Amino acid sequence: MTAADIAGDRPLRIGSGAGYAGDRWEPALDLVERGGIDILVFECLAERTIAREALSRRNEQSAGYNPLLAERIRSVLPAARARGVRIVSNMGAANPEAAAETVTGIARAEGLAGTKVAALLGDDVLPWVLAHPELTFMETGERLGGIAGRIVSANAYLGADAILQALGTGADVVITGRVADPALFLAPAMAAHGWAPGDPRLGQGCAMGHLMECAGQITGGYFADPGIAGGVKDVPEPWALGFPHADIWADGRVRIGKVAGTGGRIDRMTCTEQLLYELHDPAAYVTPDCVLDVTDVDFIQIAPDLVEVTGARAAPRPDSLKVSVGYLEGWIGEGQLSYAGINAEARARLAGEIVRRRLAQRGLHYDDLRVELIGMESLHGPARARPAPYEVRLRVAGRSADAQAAAIVGQEVETLLTNGPAGGAGDFKAVREILRVQSVLIPRSEIRTQVKLFTA
Amino acid sequence: MTLRVHDLAHGRSGDKGDRVNISVIAYDEAGFRHLGAHLTCERVMQAFAGLAQGPCQRFVLPKLLAYNFVIDGALDGGVTRSMRMDIHGKSLSSLMLTIELPEMP
Repeated sequence: MTAADIAGDRPLRIGSGAGYAGDRWEPALDLVERGGIDILVFECLAERTIAREALSRRNEQSAGYNPLLAERIRSVLPAARARGVRIVSNMGAANPEAAAETVTGIARAEGLAGTKVAALLGDDVLPWVLAHPELTFMETGERLGGIAGRIVSANAYLGADAILQALGTGADVVITGRVADPALFLAPAMAAHGWAPGDPRLGQGCAMGHLMECAGQITGGYFADPGIAGGVKDVPEPWALGFPHADIWADGRVRIGKVAGTGGRIDRMTCTEQLLYELHDPAAYVTPDCVLDVTDVDFIQIAPDLVEVTGARAAPRPDSLKVSVGYLEGWIGEGQLSYAGINAEARARLAGEIVRRRLAQRGLHYDDLRVELIGMESLHGPARARPAPYEVRLRVAGRSADAQAAAIVGQEVETLLTNGPAGGAGDFKAVREILRVQSVLIPRSEIRTQVKLFTA
Repeated sequence: MTLRVHDLAHGRSGDKGDRVNISVIAYDEAGFRHLGAHLTCERVMQAFAGLAQGPCQRFVLPKLLAYNFVIDGALDGGVTRSMRMDIHGKSLSSLMLTIELPEMP
């Protein structure tokens, strides 16, 4: 898509095919086949996923990208190529190049010779971070030098300018690693309409990207609260939720809609919830492409399930980019067991006390140990005058630098089956390595991006 | 019947690091004004005692009849190391909506 392709007053239409790595499959294909979209975006990279994938890549050089990439691409690529729909995704995670090669292989296997796949490189800034132990984390103020041996990844949030380079190759599929989520949507709009960094219309484009990046979260997903008077928070057919598409015009006008006949809803209520999702100061949402101000944003219902977005403004982009640094920080072990019926809470409380004492008897110490009852206090903490439910579930979790100590938490909960209070049932245990993520800033001038092009 | 935030508004929570943001979006102007007067950061932090250290900031979006509460130290260190069931704080909007308010004038 180039500026010349979007002639006159036709908007560019972008579909959102996934709001997280494991999202539903069929809404994306529906957007391609019936949504009339020009671009399909898959946003699949959570904060710590890239650190996890960096570890995979250490073990296996050709790994490190989204494990579901092949399946997801195979499900939409033939239909997308048949209709000239370009695909943009951050499924490259810690290895965009290997991901692009995989996509190229799929195109070949599907008989789509000539398909061009671009990999965007340059978000991996691990060497730069390791060379700056004096840096401190934005979240806690801790020095990087203190955890140097445990750092596994450092990725800068690239902006739309970098994705534009990849789109500029004419690629049918663009695979990135870490980029700002809204940039996945903003970049195709900039390419189509010839917008440059600093253009005031980037505000509307960036707000559009922010609204679209969680897919179903603007079409009635994560929204239903059934049974409220007037059904104001009911969602039609949530089992067939449609994913959104955005029309964006050269003048910055934006409309959000979805494929006709799908479930869900798009209106002022769903749009407002998503606009404020993961947003802090609404006058200054810092992205690599602009500082977004949504204080004047409004949503106008044009038709059922079609909303116009107005009023987003952009201040100039920052001189530095946020870098997510992933590092290992020990282990969390966990065990669960349920109790029901008469006196269930007292039996579960005794069970928790038994585990606590057993761990202490064995001389184990944890940086943090939580003993709580699911059904009573595990989400919002304890409160007075909360009635005891019919059934409760004991949950014990412990954090330790020692993997063995973490594993023992679940084992001690499990041994309650034959040694604990009466009627314990449904045991579960797990242990996981903690991959913590904190942030530093990198000057924009330190970033070197590169695009590698593959042809099927 | 006790008036709660849920009667006047809907909302959603999101995480970033150890910080949670919770939107409170009023159904109408009267509700928006009532929430503005009574759903202060101080009131919110009472409800979140034991869950969040704060501080709390409240941003206002008058066109959308919405408030955005941003609370620090709310996620047990953040999604990547939290020991909670709800590592993202996704259920915290539900806690916000249970907060009791004085009756409407």
